[in-house]
Amino acid sequence: MLRVPSRALLAGLALTAAASLVHADDTNKEIQKYQRMTAESSPVELWELEGADLWKKKRGPNNVSLERCDFGMGPGVLKGAYAHMPRYFEDTGRVQDLESRLVTCMTTLQGFTEKEATKRVFGNADKPSDMEYLAAYIAGQSRGVRMQVSTKNPKAKAAYDMGKALFFYRAGAWDFSCASCHGTEGKRIRMQELPVLSSPKGARGTYTTWPGYRVSVSQLKTLQWRINDCFRQQRFPEPKYGSDATVALTMYMAVNANGATYRGPGTKR
Amino acid sequence: MTKKSICYSLGAVAAALAAVQIARAEPTPLEVRALLHKDFHAKGQATMSRVDQDDVQWLCTVTHNKPSAKRVKEMEIDQLAAIVYPADGKYMGDWKKGAKIAASGAGMTWKDKPGSPGGGGCYNCHQLAPSQPSFGTIGPSLAHFAEKRGNTLEAQKYVYGKIYNSKAFNLCSEMPRFGTSGSLSEEQIKDLTAYVLDPASPVNQ
Repeated sequence: MLRVPSRALLAGLALTAAASLVHADDTNKEIQKYQRMTAESSPVELWELEGADLWKKKRGPNNVSLERCDFGMGPGVLKGAYAHMPRYFEDTGRVQDLESRLVTCMTTLQGFTEKEATKRVFGNADKPSDMEYLAAYIAGQSRGVRMQVSTKNPKAKAAYDMGKALFFYRAGAWDFSCASCHGTEGKRIRMQELPVLSSPKGARGTYTTWPGYRVSVSQLKTLQWRINDCFRQQRFPEPKYGSDATVALTMYMAVNANGATYRGPGTKR
Repeated sequence: MTKKSICYSLGAVAAALAAVQIARAEPTPLEVRALLHKDFHAKGQATMSRVDQDDVQWLCTVTHNKPSAKRVKEMEIDQLAAIVYPADGKYMGDWKKGAKIAASGAGMTWKDKPGSPGGGGCYNCHQLAPSQPSFGTIGPSLAHFAEKRGNTLEAQKYVYGKIYNSKAFNLCSEMPRFGTSGSLSEEQIKDLTAYVLDPASPVNQ
């Protein structure tokens, strides 16, 4: 339902840009131009609107909405909540990101089992997932808010430290860590520039645009998806959705992005 | 003791505890591994044993890719000894097949069919043929490699070995050990060696 009419046009523009390339620098400029153009015609708002509907919809065995879900600023308070996450939650005794917290609310408020709540977390172009709609809506409520993720709570601090250690942990069939691709300034994979997520500069620029609409696949992708697909390409086994390990990594990147203004959900290549 | 001084000493104890916590803030690789075993699951060919580090991965992690020169030397010798060179003594295959392997980034992920031939993903990180504008920059440019290094048997053996096990030549290199990890076959590594060194290959045009 959320097919984007301008997709073919955008793909055409990308091809035109690719065809006129001579040098890598020119290519980067063309890519940046393309990114600006796609951002201007981004359909992210459609995801946010759909998410707002889902937020208010009575669902699950308890037939209640998510409107009392607490993201750390009080039940139902969404303004700025995402810019303060991940954070420690007393009721679960866990540090949680947006998506794992949504699973908590779907189970505690709506009465879904965890299995039901996480059955289809990553959608496709024809049918996005509920989680993608909701993540876009809730993150969108922090647009323009300064990132202020706290590590004052010892468990939050421990998650940050673990995230950092995980970021530099080399393993897998190809010996990669996160830092293999995201640890050195000015590197690319093919034509894709790689943000250095261990530095404030790189983290601020990138973290503040997730979740993001990816033009090339006509899908809105969440941060949990981004981490999942990075580990796939690292040749690791699969991380559990919303697990402590994924939240720890998110915590590390979010804290590195502190001070920047959240400007997502963004638009990606 | 006054109430105030009790507060002060409690504060001092808390500060000391906090200092201890900060001192051991960074989790060890074993703690990371334990978390990965708790939170990850095997999928397709990506088994859980992949989160366990071997001695090279461990040493490069704990030293932030900068082990002591002594350890580097010792371990590079071990890595070199584990390279299996072709029994026929020929290092060069078909550069045309090598071009395809260099361009493909498939292989070894949980989505890839086990046993299906993967790629080297070379263009993800290296410039190779100057005619190909889409290349990564994590590794050095290999354009005109044969012109720089020559196409001697020695150079061929080096390139074959480097693809087979990069860690034998640069212990904490970010390049995968394609032979050691079973990602590429002997024939595929020969084809890639030819792609890099054959004078007729687009890499050297």
